[in-house]
Amino acid sequence: MAEASSSLAARGGNVRPLHPSPRPRPAGVNGWLLRPLAKPLLFALCLLPFVWLLYGAFTETLGANPAEALIRATGDWTLRFLCLTLAVTPLRHWTGWHALARLRRMLGLFTYFYVLLHLLCFAWLDMGFDVAEIAKDIGKRPFILVGFSAFVLLTPLALTSFNRAVKVLGAARWQALHRLVYAVAGLAILHFFWMRSAKHNYEEVAVYASILAVLLGARVWRWARQRR
Amino acid sequence: LAAQRSAVPGALTMEKLSAYKDIASYNNFYEFGTDKSDPVRNAHTLQTRPWTVAIEGAVKKPQTLAIEDILKLAPLEERIYRLRCVEGWSMVIPWVGFSLSELIKRVEPTGNARYVEFHTLADPKQMPYVRSSVLDWPYVEGLRIDEAMHPLALLAVGLYGEVLPNQNGAPVRLVVPWKYGFKSAKSIVKIRFVEKEPKTAWVKAAVQEYGFYSNVNPKVDHPRWSQATERRIGEDGLFQKKRPTQMFNGYEAQVGQLYAGMDLVKYY
Repeated sequence: MAEASSSLAARGGNVRPLHPSPRPRPAGVNGWLLRPLAKPLLFALCLLPFVWLLYGAFTETLGANPAEALIRATGDWTLRFLCLTLAVTPLRHWTGWHALARLRRMLGLFTYFYVLLHLLCFAWLDMGFDVAEIAKDIGKRPFILVGFSAFVLLTPLALTSFNRAVKVLGAARWQALHRLVYAVAGLAILHFFWMRSAKHNYEEVAVYASILAVLLGARVWRWARQRR
Repeated sequence: LAAQRSAVPGALTMEKLSAYKDIASYNNFYEFGTDKSDPVRNAHTLQTRPWTVAIEGAVKKPQTLAIEDILKLAPLEERIYRLRCVEGWSMVIPWVGFSLSELIKRVEPTGNARYVEFHTLADPKQMPYVRSSVLDWPYVEGLRIDEAMHPLALLAVGLYGEVLPNQNGAPVRLVVPWKYGFKSAKSIVKIRFVEKEPKTAWVKAAVQEYGFYSNVNPKVDHPRWSQATERRIGEDGLFQKKRPTQMFNGYEAQVGQLYAGMDLVKYY
């Protein structure tokens, strides 16, 4: 969400010219990504897990403990979308598919959508919207506190995701703000690790941690190379 | 399995039974995977015949019992127990079995037998996750001798009138209804009578989260979640508030005196 591509961000993360240009659409993946259909298609794809879970809840096919299944699944999807969002910039650099940038905001907002669902499921299905009980839980348990902090830090990013926010804040400040996503990634992994520590079951945690380490490491590496 | 209704006080709760499907498909049995849907998928590799249980340690009559002998050790009873998992969910399960005390009396524990240790089978050929490092295998659980002698402590061989499904701990398991579910060791191959408090699998793995006693107690929270409420599987709907957890899982009248004067916060 916060890359050296600030010139793109300043233009609203949209590399498609605002006015029809006589230039032909580039070939290959970039050309495909620039098609008008790319965004609606991605939107539908990102909504699929939600639709699937909703269907499962209504048809009672989420197993013996549907509340637990929903809370876990929405958490899993939050992590997956966080990885996808953070993968956009390194992928652009490695592959040259620079048109990916126009999809980044939607992936970021879907990360927020799934974390909102995750929080909603926890607050509703686990805590019955008992606000005092929820506040106590957040204060008392580090694993909940860490997860909640990640949600809080992600909120200003979602709120400033529209084009005008970049202009109002200025590209540099907007970019600095959106670097919070790196902290969110760290907190999210810690939250997942702590949750799994009960069962000493770290395999999946390790998978997500490795993916995030590669995605964040790629940024550090690039930054270090550029400074030389 | 032919079984008579139990006459032990507290052994037949009148609550609505959990569905067989839920009881036999939502399991914690880490030898077959840590996800609760893993055991039903993986436990078919468990060989429950032939099966023996070695009884050793501080007893006058150490012996190895074949499962066929265990089934004939005492008349089988139906007992309907609440099961409260430490994770915050519960079920109501119609078990078939008899009091563990029947077996204990037969082997005549000596004065040194202050605790009883239960060992689960740990065979990587039959149990795929025994190769993982989730726990220190074999799974060991334990009770104080007076807890083990309590008539509600059940040696179970069946549920819903049928032989135990593998994923529920076939062919013989422990059921201690006033303690969190993990205390009830499954697929038992060894029972040892010892002088010192056993180092159980969960005490070794995370003593600050799972104590030796692990009595169901709504007032003593798990470090990462509250134990004040629970979700009754299959009964508490998706949007229904969880129900309050009862002291000793509702068996306080029967087992409370075992813990008279004990600080249950310290001995969690």
